[in-house]
Amino acid sequence: MSAVEAIQDPGPSAVRAGSNDIAIDCRVEKIMYGQFLAVRDSHVPIQKGKITGFIGPSGCGKSTVLRSLNRMNDLIDGFKLEGNVQFLGQDIYDKSVDPVVVRRYIGMVFQQPNPFAMSIFDNVAFGLRLNKFKGDVAGRVEHALRRAALWDEVKDKLKASGLSLSGGQQQRLCIARAVATEPTVLLMDEPCSALDPIATRRIEELMLELRKDYTIALVTHNMQQATRVADITAFFAVDISKGGRTGYLVEMDETARVFEDPREQLTKDYIGGKFS
Amino acid sequence: MSDHPFALAAPRGAVSQAPSGPEYIVDRGFRALAWFAAALILVLVAYIVWKIGGQAMPAIRDYHLDFLTGSSWNVQEKRFGILPAIWGTLYSSLLALTLGGFFGLTVAIFLTQGFLPARLAFLFRLIVEMLAAIPSVVFGLWGIFVVIPAIRPAANWLNETLGFIPFFGTSLSGPGLLPAAIVLAIMVLPTVAAISQDALNAVPYRTKEAAFGMGATKWEVILKVMVPTAAGGIFSAMVLGFGRALGETMALAMLIGNSNQLTLSLFAPAETLAALLASHFPEAGPVEVEALMYAALVLLAITLLVNIAGIGLLTITQRKISGKA
Repeated sequence: MSAVEAIQDPGPSAVRAGSNDIAIDCRVEKIMYGQFLAVRDSHVPIQKGKITGFIGPSGCGKSTVLRSLNRMNDLIDGFKLEGNVQFLGQDIYDKSVDPVVVRRYIGMVFQQPNPFAMSIFDNVAFGLRLNKFKGDVAGRVEHALRRAALWDEVKDKLKASGLSLSGGQQQRLCIARAVATEPTVLLMDEPCSALDPIATRRIEELMLELRKDYTIALVTHNMQQATRVADITAFFAVDISKGGRTGYLVEMDETARVFEDPREQLTKDYIGGKFS
Repeated sequence: MSDHPFALAAPRGAVSQAPSGPEYIVDRGFRALAWFAAALILVLVAYIVWKIGGQAMPAIRDYHLDFLTGSSWNVQEKRFGILPAIWGTLYSSLLALTLGGFFGLTVAIFLTQGFLPARLAFLFRLIVEMLAAIPSVVFGLWGIFVVIPAIRPAANWLNETLGFIPFFGTSLSGPGLLPAAIVLAIMVLPTVAAISQDALNAVPYRTKEAAFGMGATKWEVILKVMVPTAAGGIFSAMVLGFGRALGETMALAMLIGNSNQLTLSLFAPAETLAALLASHFPEAGPVEVEALMYAALVLLAITLLVNIAGIGLLTITQRKISGKA
């Protein structure tokens, strides 16, 4: 069986969706870190205007797949992707594509809040300035902070350091920074794992709010979070059969279907809490 | 210590026991030793200032603050002024810091931001740090026999064509400010480079990742995020480099020209406080020694002030950046 044939069937609903509804069509044959095979045979289409949640045990490659959607993995030595990732009809791994440009259209929010050591205003304006935005910077900054549900808390101290905020506020600042430039897709890599339950709740509400305008792909270690916010859920697992620890997509479908009536026994076991 | 209440309450066979009496004594002894070592340093600094101040006292009484503003050094007439030396110290050090700071920071960026494979960067760092191990007198000789002849044609051309600009107002006949500043810059560079590298390495990876995630190019990441984030550490690197330049003696005594004059010209011979002390002490009579002690006190005060100001500014900027105001 060749690698291409082995790529997982994305599931009925994803198949039903026409290709026009796909923002990023990610077909991974192999993701390698040097000699280490990290992910194999995973077809993960990210639908427009929906939240796609990636769940699975540690080491299943969910973050790796997410980070390969905007070429963040290029920062890691030895990273190599076989397959292709189509973003609006263009293979982002094509030699002619500059990863810097990909990241300007596909924004990212990280696991640890990581505001820059500059003022709240400058943090949000960073992307605008990077993209040589000539319009109303202050207006855009306010708009982005409002969308990140942070404006009321910081409007009187925009000159204060972004690092002076609490963890949850910092993460919302990072979301404001990411959405200020109106990227097409937003990738979120376990955005709540460093936050307390109240801050987590706010970020989840925010994701549902942002879904109206953005396509979101979300990695989460928390299955309840996936059921609360994700429209589509992709379940990844680890294959230790060949000695390594290789992640792969087990199944991907509408969230309710994955949680209530999974097709694979492995999914059923994971959701039932038999392993994590 | 089997009579300890925990020991009595613990189940038979428990291995845990309280530290013995002598162990507590060693603990206390070590704490006293640490206090003593810290206090010793304070006492030493105070003693040095007091001793030099005491020997400078007659000169301070005789010349007051005129000593700082006068510009002649005449032992026969007992007229002493160190304004040219103060000026020369600050001018040569600032020039050296501009040159050495720029290249030091560039080297630090080059070695920390993934331009070289890790092993090569490590090797490179060792080589840069070896510059700091070269004795000052060797730098001085190198300055006399290599730097001065090398820059003389360009210096004299600048003087002939652009002589109306005060910086190029004289020709370079031998020792002078510019060769001294160039050599001083090389001596300052390893300090600036090493501390700037530590500052850049201390920027968390997630900050760099955030910048790349925003779609910044490598240079945008470095100039707009990495360097500003490390600014506090880079600034303290500059302050320490400046402090090193202020106090540098041997190479400057060989290269500055030891001429007690106030000048803007880069090519004119000049004087620094440290060079003044080094060149005058060997033949100084009692009166001149008092004046030199006063000059030493001034040099000490300048370096202390620079370091205190540097530490103060660093603390303020770091508080601002981290938001812990």
